[in-house]
Amino acid sequence: MAKVLVVTSGKGGVGKTTSTAALGAALAHTGQRVVVVDFDVGLRNLDLVMGAERRVVFDLINVVTGVAKLPQALIRDKRLETLWLLPASQTRDKDALTEEGVGEVISALREQFDWVICDSPAGIERGAILAMRYADAAVIVTNPEVSSVRDSDRIIGMLDSRTLKAEKGEHIDKHLLITRYNAARAARGEMLSVDDVLEILSTPLLGIIPESQEVLRASNVGTPVTLSSADSPPARAYIEAAQRLRGETVAMTVPRDKKGLLDRIFGRRAA
Amino acid sequence: MNLLKFFRKDTTAPAARERLQILLAHERNMRDQPDLLGVLREEILAVIGKHVKLDPDKVKITMDRGSTVSTLEVDIEVPNRFEKLAVGAA
Repeated sequence: MAKVLVVTSGKGGVGKTTSTAALGAALAHTGQRVVVVDFDVGLRNLDLVMGAERRVVFDLINVVTGVAKLPQALIRDKRLETLWLLPASQTRDKDALTEEGVGEVISALREQFDWVICDSPAGIERGAILAMRYADAAVIVTNPEVSSVRDSDRIIGMLDSRTLKAEKGEHIDKHLLITRYNAARAARGEMLSVDDVLEILSTPLLGIIPESQEVLRASNVGTPVTLSSADSPPARAYIEAAQRLRGETVAMTVPRDKKGLLDRIFGRRAA
Repeated sequence: MNLLKFFRKDTTAPAARERLQILLAHERNMRDQPDLLGVLREEILAVIGKHVKLDPDKVKITMDRGSTVSTLEVDIEVPNRFEKLAVGAA
């Protein structure tokens, strides 16, 4: 049965789009049929991160308003046969997205795919609510930093009240994905630790993505990091997170501090 | 010089954790509720504004939202000739 997943955060710039692309590619790599849907109307970027920016013809709004049929707007990934993209519109007309229209598109996508992954815009406005509206599960992307954690808490509250599932009294699965984690800084007590974030947000952990150059490199070339450098630490963390999304039990890899001995002795004590 | 102190970095993560815990405890309580402090502030100013012409520069409002108790301080400078203004407005 198809699963609709929203990748959300409240705060911008924490890695929603990167995570959507990486998780989508990791799931598609295992043969699952995956579509990633960009809900960031006016500021679309998923096409760029996926390397499909030059192949966008129609978009989500075109489909919702009936200008294009769904198959016309879907873009197949050049690397993975089972990975597809439904881009957002670059026009500023956000009101063209109606709840009913989005609902119809999501229903149609459910028929064709195993995973429908909705990349939410930042904020808590209409676009973010529409992105989460029909979700069965949510990935909350959080940086170990106060403003991101606060906004995640807000979004968790909205997932529990504004989604269709929540309104029907059903449970929406929530998974916390900690991104840009710097083990050395956490060990030195300069950055919130994984335990801190988990304790504050009390949401099950999906994965910890270490801060890494590979993530930037991947977006530079328009390839999800799970495909561009599958053996790198962030890619491995995303691949394991995708396995957990499929219900597999995978031991959690907590990024380790790889600093020198002095740092280890004195840094850990301070933490 | 204390050698330990020299090597120990100032750790700020505990402060981050503590501030978040207090703030979120408050925000979770307030969720789906009108912002009482905000409503009080507006209504108090409206009532006073009926009688006195309020100079925005002479109104000081401070709010402190705590985990269990919040405070609202409204400090309004009322000119002594306010009665004239009130009569004139009536």
